[in-house]
Amino acid sequence: MDAGIHVKDLNAWFGSTQALHGINIDMPDKQSTAIIGPSGCGKSTFVRCLNRMHETLPDTRVGGKVTVGDMDIYGKGVSAVSVRRRIGMVFQKPNPFPTMSIYDNVASGLKLNGYPNRSELDGIVESSLKKAALWEEVKDDLKKKSGASLSGGQQQRLCIARALAVEPDVLLMDEPASALDPISTSKIEDLIFELKKQYTVVIVTHNMQQAARVAEFTAFFLMGNMVEFDKTEKMFTKPSDKRTEDYITGRFG
Amino acid sequence: MTTQNIQWHRRLTNALALGVITFFALIVTVPLFLILGTVVKRGLPALNLAFLTQIPVPIGETGGGMANAIVGSLMLLAVASLIGIPLGIGSGVFLAEYGRNKYGNIVRFTADVLNGVPSIVIGMTAWALVVVTQGHFSMMAGSVALGIMMIPVIARTTEEVLLLVPQAIREAAFGLGIPKWRTTLSVVVPTAKAGIITSIMLAFARIAGETAPLMFTTLGNEFWSVNPNQPIAAMPLQIFKYATMPYDQAHAQAWTGALVLITIIMTIVIVFRLIASRGTLKGAS
Repeated sequence: MDAGIHVKDLNAWFGSTQALHGINIDMPDKQSTAIIGPSGCGKSTFVRCLNRMHETLPDTRVGGKVTVGDMDIYGKGVSAVSVRRRIGMVFQKPNPFPTMSIYDNVASGLKLNGYPNRSELDGIVESSLKKAALWEEVKDDLKKKSGASLSGGQQQRLCIARALAVEPDVLLMDEPASALDPISTSKIEDLIFELKKQYTVVIVTHNMQQAARVAEFTAFFLMGNMVEFDKTEKMFTKPSDKRTEDYITGRFG
Repeated sequence: MTTQNIQWHRRLTNALALGVITFFALIVTVPLFLILGTVVKRGLPALNLAFLTQIPVPIGETGGGMANAIVGSLMLLAVASLIGIPLGIGSGVFLAEYGRNKYGNIVRFTADVLNGVPSIVIGMTAWALVVVTQGHFSMMAGSVALGIMMIPVIARTTEEVLLLVPQAIREAAFGLGIPKWRTTLSVVVPTAKAGIITSIMLAFARIAGETAPLMFTTLGNEFWSVNPNQPIAAMPLQIFKYATMPYDQAHAQAWTGALVLITIIMTIVIVFRLIASRGTLKGAS
């Protein structure tokens, strides 16, 4: 089914500080969109509004409309929990559940949501780890080792596998490689390249080469506003806004 | 100043600071070893099988033991734990995960005040609530008093250790569409398990030696009784009774009682920790 993301007049606040100002954007289904911009421009807040994570922080507010496919995320009677089951998230710092084995980390989204068919879990765990390109490295330690015992790059791929196991339509990634070394980073980038064939991917990044490598579309954010949204190729060659050009040529930010 | 002078100066400062904190650390352990040493020295001579298997004998006769008090104390502590641990952990979880508001502040303040209430006052409260209502002293009344004392210790410590669980772990669970109650129960609490067990052990060790709350509730008993609705013997009461008697033989029994009580508490704490740490995965933190 279609899982394009359509954002209309999105505003977000922390207390009385407005972090996002009237964002409008349409991200197409099964494509990847990179969100770039200087620190504090609202990139993370924006993606956290797409799966209703923003509201888990104290004293926050969201206004506007976000639809993913046919689901109105902030619609009446739509629960945040059901939204997050369809829109997976990978965070900046790898955050596996430290008390759980590798297997249980991947299965956690299903197990803790009362997934009825325990017998199918083995297969789901294996295929999720394979999609996250981690299977070969951990297949002998699945139930023996804690998720926290893996290296940083492996932990991040474990978190990706965990997000994929619940079969989301959309995958949000908030600077997924910024805490990793170059080798782990390139593994994650290869992975994103594969994933976008099946999922709508939104990736926040500070690294413009990364945006150019993995994303078909790029959005440039500045001070809580979206300055420009276009095909990545055009953004990096012929940006239509002067501020975008200044940023990507390194004149500020 | 030359480079060498700086190094000499730094080394001296380091040695001084290290010396001072080592000295303080040693001082802290002194009272513990003094107590343990004295209790072992004075308690060991009268320790024998009879002490662990027989009940007290009338004053003037030799022999006898505290078997009824050992069993009584174990029963008291078991029932007190059944009351104190679930209520303590429950309110601790509430305070950490749902208590960032006015109602949480009231609970937090109440727990802190309760923690500061002298144990004899808790005993009087249990007397008024249970003994007066029932019309007689009982083991249950003592367990209620001890259970109440456990609650604030466990609640506040549990809250502290749950707040140490990184927010990122909760966000990971929320991001998977796991509801908050389930996240708390299956992700946050297990992550803080070691700290919660420490809080239980702290509270347990604190109430195990309490005497005052038992005086008007459990009362004590010279004879065998395992009926929770009747007065029952308890080690702290028996130790107190013997210690205040003007007989050397009674004093010896009191010291031995103290030694046995300390050994029982330490054994329970160590065994509980071993059981709780089983099944931890390789590399788990």
